[in-house]
Amino acid sequence: MADIYLDNNATTKVDPAVVDVMIPYFLEQYGNPSSIHKFADGVARGLKQARQQVQALIGCEHDSEIIFTSCGTESNSTAILSAIKAQPDKKEIITTVVEHPAILNLCSYLEKEGYTIHRLPVDRAGRLKLDAYQRLLSDQVAIVSVMWANNETGTIFPVAEMAEMANAAGVMFHTDAVQAVGKIPMMLQDTKIDMLSLSGHKLHAPKGIGVLYLRRGTRYRPLLRGGHQERGRRAGTENSASIVGLGKACELALEFIEYENTKVKAMRDRLEQGITEQIPHCFVTGDMYNRLPNTTDIAFEYIEGESILMLLNKAGIAASSGSACTSGSLEPSHVMRAMDIPYTAAHGTIRFSFSRYNTMAEVDKVVEAMPGIVATLRKLSPYWSGDGPVANPEQAFAPTYS
Amino acid sequence: MWDYSDKVKEHFFNPKNAGAVVDANATGEVGSISCGDALRLTLKVDDNSEIILEAGFQTFGCGSAIASSSVLTEIIKGMTLDEALKVTNQDIADQLEGLPPEKMHCSVMGREALQAAIANYRGEEWKDDHEEGALICKCFAIDAVMIEEMVWANKLRTVEDVTNFTKAGGGCAACHEDIEAILEKVLAEKGEKFDPGAAPVSKPVEKIAAVKTPLTNLQRIKKIEQVLESLRSSLMADGGDVELVEVVGNTAYVNMTGACNGCQMAAMTIAGIQQRLMEVMGEFIKVVPASEMAKLVNIEVA
Ligand SMILES: Cc1ncc(COP(=O)(O)O)c(C=O)c1O
Ligand code: FES
Repeated sequence: MADIYLDNNATTKVDPAVVDVMIPYFLEQYGNPSSIHKFADGVARGLKQARQQVQALIGCEHDSEIIFTSCGTESNSTAILSAIKAQPDKKEIITTVVEHPAILNLCSYLEKEGYTIHRLPVDRAGRLKLDAYQRLLSDQVAIVSVMWANNETGTIFPVAEMAEMANAAGVMFHTDAVQAVGKIPMMLQDTKIDMLSLSGHKLHAPKGIGVLYLRRGTRYRPLLRGGHQERGRRAGTENSASIVGLGKACELALEFIEYENTKVKAMRDRLEQGITEQIPHCFVTGDMYNRLPNTTDIAFEYIEGESILMLLNKAGIAASSGSACTSGSLEPSHVMRAMDIPYTAAHGTIRFSFSRYNTMAEVDKVVEAMPGIVATLRKLSPYWSGDGPVANPEQAFAPTYS
Repeated sequence: MWDYSDKVKEHFFNPKNAGAVVDANATGEVGSISCGDALRLTLKVDDNSEIILEAGFQTFGCGSAIASSSVLTEIIKGMTLDEALKVTNQDIADQLEGLPPEKMHCSVMGREALQAAIANYRGEEWKDDHEEGALICKCFAIDAVMIEEMVWANKLRTVEDVTNFTKAGGGCAACHEDIEAILEKVLAEKGEKFDPGAAPVSKPVEKIAAVKTPLTNLQRIKKIEQVLESLRSSLMADGGDVELVEVVGNTAYVNMTGACNGCQMAAMTIAGIQQRLMEVMGEFIKVVPASEMAKLVNIEVA
């Protein structure tokens, strides 16, 4: 069997139909969209169509609310920096502890510049407490930024409700929906969400293309000033081929959204069940009842994630881990720490994320491979002995080390 | 994923000496589950010869931690305890055909487990004096704790100072923002303010006047001593020291002790000392670890 790709929350394969619509924009319609000649006369139409395809997927009212950017990270930075530039007197930002670094690191940087950052905590299942959030909303808050779905656990946050609460308090609301768009249905025009970020490479479009949705009337300051592109809201010659590709990818995502929430979900559920039934001392992290249909994050106790990934890779299976070692830091993922997952498990979390390209046969192969991999590593672990963890692992192995 | 060498992969996929030695008489345990790396090393040592007959490891950790443990057991089997104590983490990394800078700490863990096991055998207490912080400079594998200590010990004020004293920031320069953040933090603790335009703290060696005229051997030795003396404070801040053992012609033999001995920085430190000696003396000086002296001196004499 060919290698199995279960790392779709990291990035996805570009759909061949997407590649097909992009090629003419490299070879024929390569003119600058602003030019008046036949190398460019189809580009404006292509961009317009792409805008409408994105609009349809996220359900916003106007296609002019779509601003094409270079990636999810740029959309996130633009949203937050715009809000604070447009409202210079407001010096507070509300976000969560489990955001992607694209939000968290920007906020830490703004903190040094004198902003107060409120990071909402989560419980052991990764859920937010809305009463704490309600108390923080005030006229001092420039923007609330809460992810629609978490990239590691797939946990979905109640952004529509939180946007209503922000709106009632007169506060702007942004959501990093990079993991949610294309996986769960959305209708932005029925919400009070002011800004939303999405990224092409998470939904079978190329890397390096993103969108900032900006509700009409939301006060805005561009990140990049220069040419008149995107109505002056994001200067720089349009990445026409990628924009057209993203449009096509959004059209396909809309077509497949039911498939994603039935067939893809069934594959995820079978994998999760197969693994947790067979392997002792492992558990699913995050909010099991409120998750993206394609994601499962499983913690394997007493072993370390990078080692699991290397053995999976050898078996032709691609996944990812929240372990410290895969990132080069000493702490396991901030999401696992935020949920208070014990260290004995946090270092051994593996995320499997599906797409419509996966099959049940692949699921069966992974379910077959996992027990052996876990057993091999547990045999090496000082915290494991025979077929169970050593009694009191933290005490039994208490080395002279800080 | 990491760009692991074939050797790392070989030892990871087929680890040697995995598991505890059954009738072990020496055990060393380092690391902890909270930092995601832990190693228990068990040895069977022959009581008469002090030769390590068997070595086994149990590791909780990433690919390179397992590979480092495996290769360590292979290296030390058959060695006497005294020989084994000379194994450095660089030796472990070399046997693995190199480790990414982020993963050097895995080899350090191997060396520490070995020291702990030998201390355990000899009934001594082993204390870990090695604290590890977030990796700041990837070019030179230098972490935050090390930079902070140097900033404190030497009253450093600018990124350039930090580079002069630790090498951090002397490569691609991508870590300069993080180094500035450390400077800001430490200086704030001292009640000072970080000023990127501050005059650099002079390099330790610059206090010594450069030599212009050719040197006699005695002058040369005195001068070398003087330079080493000036470097000592920064070496000691790092838990190490340097001693001049012999000078033969333009070659200076030195003993690196403490944390410097065998630390991942040893080779770099020696290169740094050589560089400073040459700057001051205005002539070519070769710095060689004293452990290599015997054979080299013989050649010189012969
Ligand atoms: C939740 C979330 N936000 C933002 C990003 C960054 O998106 P991009 O890679 O397009 O900058 C990612 C992707 O890794 C993500 O998962
Ligand atoms: S990372 Fe420090 S100089 Fe390159």
